[in-house]
Amino acid sequence: MQSFLEAFDIFLLEAVLNGILLGGLLALLALGLNLIFGVIDVTWICYAELVMIGMYGMYFLVQYYGLSYWVAAPAAIVLVALLGALLHWLVIEPLLSAAPINQLLATGGVLFVLQSFATVAFGIDFRNLGIRLPVLSFADMHLSYSRLLAFAAALVGMIVVYLFMTRTYTGTAIRAIAQDRQIMALMGVDTKRIYLVTSALGGALAGLAACLLVLQYDVHPFVGLSFGPITFLICVLGGLGNFVGGFVAAFLFAEIISLGGLFSDLEWGYVLAFAFFIVMMFVRPAGLLARRS
Amino acid sequence: MLELKSLDAGYGSFQALFGVDLDVKAGEAVGVIGPNGAGKTTLMRVISGLIRPTRGTIGMEGVDVVATPAHLIVGLGIAHVPENRRLFPRLTVEDNLKMGAYMPKARAKYAERLEFVFDLFPRMKERRNQMAGTLSGGEQQMCAIGRALMSDPKLLLLDEPSAGLAPVVVQQVFELVRRIRSGGLTVLIVEQNVQQVLKVVDRAYLLEAGTIRASGSAAEMLESDTVKQAYLGV
Repeated sequence: MQSFLEAFDIFLLEAVLNGILLGGLLALLALGLNLIFGVIDVTWICYAELVMIGMYGMYFLVQYYGLSYWVAAPAAIVLVALLGALLHWLVIEPLLSAAPINQLLATGGVLFVLQSFATVAFGIDFRNLGIRLPVLSFADMHLSYSRLLAFAAALVGMIVVYLFMTRTYTGTAIRAIAQDRQIMALMGVDTKRIYLVTSALGGALAGLAACLLVLQYDVHPFVGLSFGPITFLICVLGGLGNFVGGFVAAFLFAEIISLGGLFSDLEWGYVLAFAFFIVMMFVRPAGLLARRS
Repeated sequence: MLELKSLDAGYGSFQALFGVDLDVKAGEAVGVIGPNGAGKTTLMRVISGLIRPTRGTIGMEGVDVVATPAHLIVGLGIAHVPENRRLFPRLTVEDNLKMGAYMPKARAKYAERLEFVFDLFPRMKERRNQMAGTLSGGEQQMCAIGRALMSDPKLLLLDEPSAGLAPVVVQQVFELVRRIRSGGLTVLIVEQNVQQVLKVVDRAYLLEAGTIRASGSAAEMLESDTVKQAYLGV
């Protein structure tokens, strides 16, 4: 009996730790989507597909061109950042004054374009970097280095974004524009430029997520489906555009998935998480940390 | 310094200004008075580029303002304190002021300007880390004026600075306008509080239904029958 309890506690602790590690990655994904929504007031439904393109970028840079992971990663981040800026310039900017549903449909269209493009260009094979990071074992717990690395990098990425948003003029303008875009010209701010910078930043975060996810998952044209919906739900749960809410919701979701998976199959963790989301939509429809007006 | 010639402007098919001529000389304080809906706010918005005129010209020290992109107009030395203050409520006071110094030219003088604004409004220094949305109405007006002053302007546009403030605070705001202009800044101020504004300006224009009905020195305007009857209740 005693030994059973000890083993149980270790598993529980391991699941909690894995939940935290997953939470970091989900928080990073949610931050990018929230940034775009909070500032430009547009939801990039195709956000996870940008991540997918980034993962393919990593795959080709590492496997095909033989670059080291550490050289390929910044290149992939820049690639997806450019893609984000391009998405804004080509699709979002012409639709800025359009009805929200049209913007949603347009980015939904981009989702299918990117998926189909990847299918045609890269085929439907599952590909990976061929890098296997060791597993850290201590006190009977097993934590993969790829998850630890992803968590640490996601944390660093979020801190860098936080410093950028609070310390620089451009970052302050990004926060200001979300609160009152009409008077930005009075401050001397070129709104179009800020939107482009924000889109590139959102893209860069998708690129960083891609570099981290590609260590844990195979890439294929539909890989976006495995974390796109959950990222979107996290943002909604936290309150779309609310950075802190998204951060909290990401860890909450990750723990539900991880702990739910402990008592049964991992899939049950997802079922519980989505059920939790639906209940929360009744209880707090505007998000966990919604401002009370 | 600022010269408006036969200016028409409006929103879509609605025309708010009809052939407005107005000028402000360096060092002057000029008021624009008139009833609600006369086009006063539109006039301010046209000068700072938030909306574009359909006809007419605006010159600032010889530069064509109409041809200048809206976000570069503050660089010509025109700072606009908009109606209802329009602070960024979820940014701190200091971040609001920082936004006022966004122009590269102003960034270089940030520390100096911040000190200037904090000297003018010691209250803002105390509240520098507080969210602007939590300030009182009078403090918000100080913050909005401070934000405009951060760009080191030559011309300050004040749109209804006394609106929505308690009478005591209104007094403070006008006292402030007096102090600002005594520092050599040129001021164009739009107000419904005619009695108060005529005490701080040199000259004033009366704007009614989008056209200039009368203009003259503050003393002349105070004596004018039109103004007296309609706005001073005499």
